[in-house]
Amino acid sequence: MHGLTSEQIFFIVTVIKVVVVFAVLMTVLAYLQWVERKVIAHIQVRPGPYNVGWHGLLQPLADVIKLVTKEDLIPPHVNKLLYILAPFLAITMALLSIAVIPFGPKITVAGYQTYMQLADLNIGVLFILAVSSMGVYGIALAGWSSNNKYSLLGGLRSSAQMISYELPLSLAIAAPLLISNTLSLHDLVMRQAGGIWTWNILHRPFPQIFSFIIFMIAAFAETNRVPFDLPEAENELVAGFHTEYSSMKFASFFMAEYANMITVCCMGTVLFLGGWIAPWPAKYGSSLVPVVIFALAGLMAFYHGVNSARRRDEFSFPAVGVTFLICAAVFLLPMVQQWLLPLFWFCAKVGALLFVFIWIRGTLPRFRYDQLMGFTWKFLFPAAMLNLLVTGFLVALRP
Amino acid sequence: MDVILFLVFAIIAVVCAINVVVQTHPISSAISLVGVMGSLAVLYLLLGAEFLAAAQVIVYAGAIMVLFVFVIMLLNAGSEIKKGRSLTVQLLGVPLLVAFLAVMAYFVQRLFPSTTMVHFGGFTGGGVREIGRALFSTYLLPFEVTSILILIAILGAIVLARKEMD
Repeated sequence: MHGLTSEQIFFIVTVIKVVVVFAVLMTVLAYLQWVERKVIAHIQVRPGPYNVGWHGLLQPLADVIKLVTKEDLIPPHVNKLLYILAPFLAITMALLSIAVIPFGPKITVAGYQTYMQLADLNIGVLFILAVSSMGVYGIALAGWSSNNKYSLLGGLRSSAQMISYELPLSLAIAAPLLISNTLSLHDLVMRQAGGIWTWNILHRPFPQIFSFIIFMIAAFAETNRVPFDLPEAENELVAGFHTEYSSMKFASFFMAEYANMITVCCMGTVLFLGGWIAPWPAKYGSSLVPVVIFALAGLMAFYHGVNSARRRDEFSFPAVGVTFLICAAVFLLPMVQQWLLPLFWFCAKVGALLFVFIWIRGTLPRFRYDQLMGFTWKFLFPAAMLNLLVTGFLVALRP
Repeated sequence: MDVILFLVFAIIAVVCAINVVVQTHPISSAISLVGVMGSLAVLYLLLGAEFLAAAQVIVYAGAIMVLFVFVIMLLNAGSEIKKGRSLTVQLLGVPLLVAFLAVMAYFVQRLFPSTTMVHFGGFTGGGVREIGRALFSTYLLPFEVTSILILIAILGAIVLARKEMD
């Protein structure tokens, strides 16, 4: 770090952060799909992907290789420019918003202070809203340019659905902003510091629990997930807007959906669940929670290794157990605690929300289209409005 | 750096704006218009009006233009057929354009003398707080009047749609 100006250091650190965040995001995207298949499989009492790698752990890799090497077909009847532009738009807009998500507080690495965030915009919330509102073009254009009636119907459904659900989503986001009084995502988390009772979901003067529920429902619709996955309802529309897409172009839409899911869960965490803030202060032992969890998981693996049902488990389970115990020990090291603990809580909250997304996909049937639109305009939007009004009044009356 | 960015996005805006008129297909025109909105938002951002930039993208590019595209898709509008230009257009088109640009240039010169150069980053009143203060104190009356105007438009749309349903 000697002989470098602060601007050069800033540049290098930012490039490193971008590379790390991008690599982690891509890995999470690939493995989220594995987790989803596994969770749904267990909900439906079947093993799920099992053959490629240990418990199907190499399945995402195999899928990537399959998608990359597949023939990239452009049907002759499409509008070529928009047909190619659409998946690019979808994936770009989906990946952009991760740039303003804060994963942790300001940390000091080798004497240099930096945020665990790519960019702390003072209009971070508006930036995410803007980017996500541009994402609908990818789907709408894909549906239109494919020149196929199933695609067109899928594109139309998704545009109508995303425009409609953006209203309750924005109103649900506005309510916690009234309490926190900032639009920067980093400051938003800092205002919720303390414990679970100061997170926006339970914050005085008006707990944002309703806001959170409305946000999650609208988020399901915005990301085109079950029970609102009308744009790709396979029994009515073949595959919806991406019927004509194959290879990496199809993969772009697929990745965009999962990236949007991650972004929405990060937003929910930052806005309502206190971001990286632990549920109770460290002086009451919240920093020991990850240690206890990992240690328990390690001991459980050892127990199953000793009483193993199959021969190979005698070696594999203890190996997993040792890994978990090493993780538990890492959380005890004081020098990594300052950034590992916030990261643990952030990932735990985002992971819990993602699990809810997958859980609901395994549980609920799909809405009918008129029910979908009636639900948002007649119930969700008025409810979000009422919630915003009550929050506004109580914030204004607060001494 | 600022000037380069300004030139890049100004050129994109102008090219997209011309493209809106030149394209024969409504969807291509609408997408070009989105390009105009996007580059205008970047120009606002360069001038330090970050709230205006975000609002431009959210409202114009993200909501209004999506509705445009939606309606074009719903009506399945085909591309226009180009007819020959009329004699009036051929004769008066270019002279009128030049005259219009000259008048515009004259008024800009008169209203904003060249001493007030635009300085990037010199303007800091574009934050959310400042805009909110201005909207709800200095410009309260125009703001409320505009919202009532929009409300009237919404009611009108409902009345028109009702008539069609009966």
